[in-house]
Amino acid sequence: MKTLRVLLTTVAATAALAACSGKKAVKPPPPPVDNGAVTTAPAKSGPYSGPEDLDRDSCLRQRVIYFDLDKTEIHSEFQAQVACHAAYLRQFPGAKVTLEGNADERGTRDYNQGLGERRGNAVASAIGAAGASTSQLNVVSYGEEKPVCREHNEGCWQKNRRVEIVYTSKQ
Amino acid sequence: MQQRFLKWLAAFALALCAAPLFAQGLTLEIANGNASAIPIAVVPFATQTGAPGDASISDIVGNDLNRCGQFRALPKADIVESPTRGSEIKFPTWRLLKQDYILVGRVVDQGAGEVKVEFELYTVGDQKNLLSSMIAGQRSDLRGIAHRVADAVYEKITGVRGAFDTRIAYVTARGIGNNASYALMVADSDGYGPQQVVTSRQPLLSPAWSPDGRKLAYESFERGSSAIYIQDIGTGAREVVSARKGINGAPAFSPDGSKLALSLSNGVNPDIYVMDLGSRALTQITRNYAIDTEPVWSPDGSTLYFTSDRGGKPQIYQVAAGGGGESRVTFAGDQNAKATVSWDGKKIAMSQGNKNMYHIAVLDRASGSNTPISTGNFDESPSFAPNASMLLYAATEGSRDVLYAVSTDGRVRQRLVLADGDVRTPAWGPYRQRGQ
Repeated sequence: MKTLRVLLTTVAATAALAACSGKKAVKPPPPPVDNGAVTTAPAKSGPYSGPEDLDRDSCLRQRVIYFDLDKTEIHSEFQAQVACHAAYLRQFPGAKVTLEGNADERGTRDYNQGLGERRGNAVASAIGAAGASTSQLNVVSYGEEKPVCREHNEGCWQKNRRVEIVYTSKQ
Repeated sequence: MQQRFLKWLAAFALALCAAPLFAQGLTLEIANGNASAIPIAVVPFATQTGAPGDASISDIVGNDLNRCGQFRALPKADIVESPTRGSEIKFPTWRLLKQDYILVGRVVDQGAGEVKVEFELYTVGDQKNLLSSMIAGQRSDLRGIAHRVADAVYEKITGVRGAFDTRIAYVTARGIGNNASYALMVADSDGYGPQQVVTSRQPLLSPAWSPDGRKLAYESFERGSSAIYIQDIGTGAREVVSARKGINGAPAFSPDGSKLALSLSNGVNPDIYVMDLGSRALTQITRNYAIDTEPVWSPDGSTLYFTSDRGGKPQIYQVAAGGGGESRVTFAGDQNAKATVSWDGKKIAMSQGNKNMYHIAVLDRASGSNTPISTGNFDESPSFAPNASMLLYAATEGSRDVLYAVSTDGRVRQRLVLADGDVRTPAWGPYRQRGQ
């Protein structure tokens, strides 16, 4: 079951990645830019021109994945997001992300930390399956401690059941 | 119907009684009363002045007795005479006022900031002197002395040790997102005298008392990921005892203080562990693909109760403290989580309900009876007083988190509210060792 899910995730991620690459392939290779940043690992060839794409690219700019109640499955609508971040991380091996897992307020705080970690791990394994190295991925679960919305209704809870992709190193 | 009216009337009277109380941190309101509680007249003590919070000893004693649910202190307005020693009590007056007991006393100044509080407890019916006692201490600790008077009265009448002279720990939170700030606090059991133990820009949670009442273990995210700290409340000295990959949460000191039960995920999924605090050696107690967390010890240290969703939804399970013999404990309600155990091991309270609504329920282990004792929609984190007469729990009202103290029979509830911001994850401390 688990293997099947990983396999499906990989297939979906690869497909999304292919679409993403196709769009980007028309761009000329980026000119070398000396921005004074310390590059910890040499970039490989890929669809992106550099860290500035994290703010420019419509896919990379999306960094929140939402979940269903008590669930850790990643919806198909977020597969493209998983795939482009995986592609970025593969292209820039020095880049690192922290995947912050969160839960809504319902249920006890310690239990919700476990739930947030499950979600963070689900995103980590999807990004990993799509080609990022595990050393680039760190999972932190805040459980219900960091809500973005404080009302007691489904509209709000839905916004809090999330994993945020936070870049701690961009290249 | 009549009983409801009486209840409402009692609640109103109690609310009036509680009105003068105000704390810098938490304010207290009695949410409902118990008409069948034991009536007691706590007569204002002679020459009583100088208690912080501007409350006199008799107010503090009366409020303590009221909020445990077993007593109903006569409202101040009905106290028509002011005897301060047994020989001055005119018993027919108090019989007319339908009181079962009367407490009188006086504060004697000893100089150099020292006081002596003398008090006498009588039955009104047969005019029997139950207690003639004295507590000496600093005038600055008049509130503490008053709680000890209430403890003495409580124990004399109920036969159970009083737990008013105890402390509570809780977490306060203000702001959201990048503006959030958190503080771990310690206060008297009635919310007075709040003291900051630690502050953080990142979440703090799950405070747990050491059995000697000197230390708190808690989880903090201040290093960017979760870690468990143990901090000395008096000196402020602290150390990280667990900062492994993933979750380091839900610490609980063993009854003898030598071990810490905790939930560690190692980045995979949370299981229950026990750490020997001397050697820091870890023993893995549960091994499961489920979320296993929120361990608490049985009073004899032989058993751990914990939350697990191994059956699909969170339920309370038990396991031998050394590992093995895991079995499910809760069957009432859709979900059960975060257990607290009474001092005699006979009662387990937890957060119970479905995913959309949950309250605090008390499970009597011998009879198997399950009694809901709170009325909110999001009530969690119950914590028994050391004598199990009351519990603290966290509730959500509107957009804020507040604490409630409730009698174990659910009859009397009191709200502890922070002036601004949220109050969470209460933990009732052990019996106080004087000198702390």
